[in-house]
Amino acid sequence: MYIAVLLAILVTLGLALARALIGPTVYDRIAAINMFGTKTVLLIAVFAFLSGRADLLDIALVYALINFISMIAVLKLVEYGDFHSPGKDSVGKPKVDSK
Amino acid sequence: MIIDILSWICLLSGGLFGVVGAIGIHRFPDFYSRQHAVGITDTLCTMLILLGLALQAGMSLAVFKLALIFIFLFLTSPTASHALVNAAMHSGLKAKLGNTPGGDKS
Repeated sequence: MYIAVLLAILVTLGLALARALIGPTVYDRIAAINMFGTKTVLLIAVFAFLSGRADLLDIALVYALINFISMIAVLKLVEYGDFHSPGKDSVGKPKVDSK
Repeated sequence: MIIDILSWICLLSGGLFGVVGAIGIHRFPDFYSRQHAVGITDTLCTMLILLGLALQAGMSLAVFKLALIFIFLFLTSPTASHALVNAAMHSGLKAKLGNTPGGDKS
């Protein structure tokens, strides 16, 4: 039964990767990669139960953390072109650097 | 036994929702509707599969780790969806509207 869930997650991973390759806009690609990362966490978690090694769950936890951080970082890179600009507030006005 | 059945129902419906979301990411016409399919099924699929695994594990350390993953994904998955759509709106990406009476003919 774990195998069935594993196969469903693998099909999802393949379809998400296909969208990431053909996605017309960069945001489609980022959405697909975000989905890919979330499904990878699930894949690792299900595989931990399939193989009976509960310590693999730690890797799934770390992968979930990395996935969120990298998602936000890539979004900032796409929107502003670099990692160190202060960004804009909600109405689109540039924030003043307090330093 | 009942817990086993509940757990398998959760796991299988979670896998089903994952595949439905993956089909949705290909079938919907533009970015915003694709993000709708992904955002909803991603969160639901994650919750169901983690719940099913936690029911299988019984009382152990694995349940605590699964709960940590659950809480973290529950907080970050909608946040990431929101940030992504917000960035797309700021960049001026337009939604594709159909031929509805009030819609933009594009």
